[in-house]
Amino acid sequence: MDNKIGLYICTGCGIGEAIDADRLIDIANEDFSPSICKTHECLCSPEGVEILKADIDSGNINKVGIAACSSRVMYDIFDFTLPTERINIREQVVWSQPPADRENIEEDDTQMMAEDYIRMGLAKLNKVLPLEPFKSEAEYAESILVVGGGITGMNAAIDASKAGYSVVLVEKADNLGGWALKLYKKPSPAPHYTEISDPGVKELVEDLEKTSNIKVYTGSVIKEISGAPCMFDVTIQKGTETHDERVGAIVLATGAVPYDATKLGHLGYGNVPNVITHEQFEAMAKKRAINRPSDNTRAECIAFIQCAGSRDENHLNYCSATCCVESLKQAKIFKELNPEGQVYILYKDIRAYGHYELLYKEMQNEGVIFIKGDVDSISENGSGGVQIDTNDFLSQTEITLDMLDLVILATGMVPSTSIEIETEKIKKEADDSEKTDTQAKDAPLENMASGKILASNILNLNYRQGPELPELKYGFPDSHFICFPYETRRTGIYAAGSVRAPMDIYQAIDDAGGAALKAIQCVELSKKGLGVHPRANDISYPEFDMSRCTQCKRCTEECPFGAINEDEKSNPLPNPTRCRRCGICMGACPERIISFKNYSVPLVGNMLKAINVPEEFDEKPRILILACENDAYPALDMVGINRLQLSPWIRVISVRCLGSLNLIWIADSLSAGIDGVLLLGCKHGDDYQCHFIQGSALADIRLSKISETLDRLALESERVRILEVSITDFDKLPGMIKDFEDTLEELGPNPMKGF
Amino acid sequence: MPNQKAAQQAILVVGAGMSGLTAAIEAAEVGREVYIVEKEAFLGGRVAQMNQYFPKLCSPDCGLEINYRRIKTNPRIHILTMAQIVKIDGKEGDYNVSIKVMPRYVNERCTACGECSNACTVEIDNKFNFGLDKVKAAYLPHAFAFPLRYIIDPSLINTENAKEVEKACKYKAIELDMKEKEISINVGAVIWATGWSPYDASKIMFYGAGSYKNVLTNIQFERFASSSGHTKGKIIKPSDGGIVNSVAFVQCAGSRDENHLPYCSRICCLATLKHAMYVREQYPNAEISIFYIDIRALGRFEDFYNKVKQDDKISFIKGKVAKIEEDKATKELTLRVEDQETQRIINKKVDLVVLATGMVPNTAIDKIPAEIQYDENGFIINDPLKTGIYGAGCIKKPADVAVSVQDATNAAMKAIQSTARR
Repeated sequence: MDNKIGLYICTGCGIGEAIDADRLIDIANEDFSPSICKTHECLCSPEGVEILKADIDSGNINKVGIAACSSRVMYDIFDFTLPTERINIREQVVWSQPPADRENIEEDDTQMMAEDYIRMGLAKLNKVLPLEPFKSEAEYAESILVVGGGITGMNAAIDASKAGYSVVLVEKADNLGGWALKLYKKPSPAPHYTEISDPGVKELVEDLEKTSNIKVYTGSVIKEISGAPCMFDVTIQKGTETHDERVGAIVLATGAVPYDATKLGHLGYGNVPNVITHEQFEAMAKKRAINRPSDNTRAECIAFIQCAGSRDENHLNYCSATCCVESLKQAKIFKELNPEGQVYILYKDIRAYGHYELLYKEMQNEGVIFIKGDVDSISENGSGGVQIDTNDFLSQTEITLDMLDLVILATGMVPSTSIEIETEKIKKEADDSEKTDTQAKDAPLENMASGKILASNILNLNYRQGPELPELKYGFPDSHFICFPYETRRTGIYAAGSVRAPMDIYQAIDDAGGAALKAIQCVELSKKGLGVHPRANDISYPEFDMSRCTQCKRCTEECPFGAINEDEKSNPLPNPTRCRRCGICMGACPERIISFKNYSVPLVGNMLKAINVPEEFDEKPRILILACENDAYPALDMVGINRLQLSPWIRVISVRCLGSLNLIWIADSLSAGIDGVLLLGCKHGDDYQCHFIQGSALADIRLSKISETLDRLALESERVRILEVSITDFDKLPGMIKDFEDTLEELGPNPMKGF
Repeated sequence: MPNQKAAQQAILVVGAGMSGLTAAIEAAEVGREVYIVEKEAFLGGRVAQMNQYFPKLCSPDCGLEINYRRIKTNPRIHILTMAQIVKIDGKEGDYNVSIKVMPRYVNERCTACGECSNACTVEIDNKFNFGLDKVKAAYLPHAFAFPLRYIIDPSLINTENAKEVEKACKYKAIELDMKEKEISINVGAVIWATGWSPYDASKIMFYGAGSYKNVLTNIQFERFASSSGHTKGKIIKPSDGGIVNSVAFVQCAGSRDENHLPYCSRICCLATLKHAMYVREQYPNAEISIFYIDIRALGRFEDFYNKVKQDDKISFIKGKVAKIEEDKATKELTLRVEDQETQRIINKKVDLVVLATGMVPNTAIDKIPAEIQYDENGFIINDPLKTGIYGAGCIKKPADVAVSVQDATNAAMKAIQSTARR
């Protein structure tokens, strides 16, 4: 396709005063010969847009360059169907640089910066191709698979169905209901917040049966899931039969199990008679008889031990979030069955959050005694009951409770994804990967990128990176702890309920609706060929030039979302509907065979090569900044909005994620005489802020390998620096860049200049 | 305007904080037309004023930027700022909603160049910083404001300066005669997500909020720590701008108290742990005391609690603060507390007190113009039998960001169901 570029330069917002716009047109004509070059005093005004539209409609241009404000603003005004490049000469040039000196315009740094951005923008436009959404030949499915038929799974199924999508629900037990089947009553989310009521499993099952378009497989497990959103092929095993279903997206609602009480011997479980768990208490309550298991006599005096396994570095580090309320509820059940009975609750903190505070208050009024302290010892009391010795934090005394009939351990919650089940298949794969790992030099990188995959035998994904979801922490499979809680690292698979975080029944019901929404949303976006979170609506997707692939496996290993499978010969098998469009594969590929139509290694390469590098004696160093588009780039814009000043030597290219950094860009920059390269990405590590999970961490690792390249060029490794930048660091950025500038000054000019 | 069917399938979201934004964007990404009605001049709500989120200590603007990006790439989202709902008529699948839009005095032609502000000589309290500093009466609500557009305060209209401000704008963006207007839209479902307000700490006797200069609320404290705040992120003593050597955090300031809010506000414990980290980052040796009843760090937030506990200059004292006194001359504060561990009355002298005030649902103040049930504290009660109008986020229950997102995504699902059958 012939490039017919229209370049439009806005002179409003101080641009025309600060720089010489006519010179920008000269530069553009000299180097790129666009079809049309125009300036306008306010391009975003209806009059300005009219000019643009007329040129587009005339058919004289097929690509648009707009040198004006940042792409973060006026996005709706400059929304054309043609490939459009926003050249940011407002926030990142005239608002963060002194005005150009018209007397000496050829040598002026602000003018030179604007000219470089024109060159870079046009160089990019030369390479950009029109976008077409991905469309597979395969048959697209829109139904939702729900894995797990507990409260969460059933609600998710009903919700998806009511929204107009058919559902396949798989439950491993013979009956629906899950954990709630074991409950006698649940607490209340509505005024007066202290009532307790039937868990409502029967009604929910009836509701599910009445709802159309839900196909239920009970007593069934998932043997295998292969494919990608809109084309997941699911093999369900029910006894000896197998059933195949094609689905669009998946809700994982396999819940949690209580922490294994047999590990709580120090709290008497298994050692002292009449020490039971919450679960056992519910079973007794269902029979409306709270008795001592040892002799079946009615319990008169009971004690709950909170955090049995939770908030304990030897067991579960986290708080299970529901056990305080569960104990309060069970205390209420006990008091209803035995109003004269005595209840003690031994706790660290009573975490009766929100309106559950009122249940806590009621139990205090009902005479339940709360003791803040740790259990020192627990033993049989000599008369068939239990004795607890504890320190009472509040009275600083030792207390002995020696008349207890029953002690109930408030055991915590363990997500089903963290229960490792060693199947033959997983064992074989683990052995195989051990073999290859010893050969692969990038093994640590691979493990870090793919994350730990827990062998829980739930989804059995036929994915190159492993059969289950990668864990974030403690076996929970989410990936964006705060802002985007439904996201996992497998596109189209959304975790809901206690499998993704400890939560109570009401939150789990909300969660079911939310995860079902994310699933139908994934179907709607994927079938149109659009990306999902965090680049929702993105039409572009990576394409692989397989003729040049060397089967090095870096792309399949480093994709944080496990989007790429491999054939037997280690060729990558991309799954565009699994792709999040971050470009991490593109950064990883040493052969540079992975490209988006509007983002590729040569495209960025052309941009940085378009930077005009002055001779050494000009004393005008050049610094290339590659900035993450979500955080670092907006922070640079914010420097301009706040009218702070940036170094005149920098040239910024925004990248989809620092993980899309291909090392060739650094080599090319330094070969071109650019004095230093600064990489601005998001925080990585435990509190990572990268929306692609591992992007900035991968960039850091890749960078550690660049010294070889720099040695070859006889250059200092200090010429390349990676920094973690938050979106609010606009006040710190000028200083951070200045510091790098000072380092480069000490090193002296890049010796490659002029070659 | 969407066609008839699209209108009946359209969803109105009231409030553009974390819950409203989430509900709107999630529904729009399923393919629905969505209207966002926000009473402020910008989106983001309460979290836009926060310096950082717990437990990662990361900026809310990072997640907001992603959400704004989702809006920018989705033509199905229609935004009305400075707008409020007047009336909702009709039924599920067919609501007619009247919306009052207040004059911004700045139209869509605004490029955010800032010339109006340069020409403006009138100053007003900076609402974004809770009035802790001043801004020009022609101003950008804050640097990350979305939409990035200036606003003129009504107090500037009819002044001499207004004409100069108008003249300073080269882009005909200023309309001094802009009037309040009422518009109506047709939608199939409504999501109400108007969020929360901090409990008025001055109602708590003996704490001195509002009268003692060095007693702040946790919400005000966010602005002291934010680089876009009035101190440019420096935590100082408000009385004299001096450095802070000791800080006390008073938990449950209003919450878990039958005289004030009987419920637990859920977020204040974590907010205080986060605030202790703000102090520590700037003052490696400051002495920090946290007076608490229970530390409610649910789920994996426990890790954050453990991290903060490792700091040996942060002490956790179980006890409810009875009284705070101010030294009239030095402005030093003394907290009187019974330490429940030692059962002694302690008098703790500190430079700065931060009150962990709780959450009041905004529906306690502004009700939904429809038949909705509320509890005695103003939280809405979602009746599963009545559909069409749904609550989301902190008007239903005290919630942190992740819980709000969870709840709002579910609300979007329910709104889609309400309109799926059309």
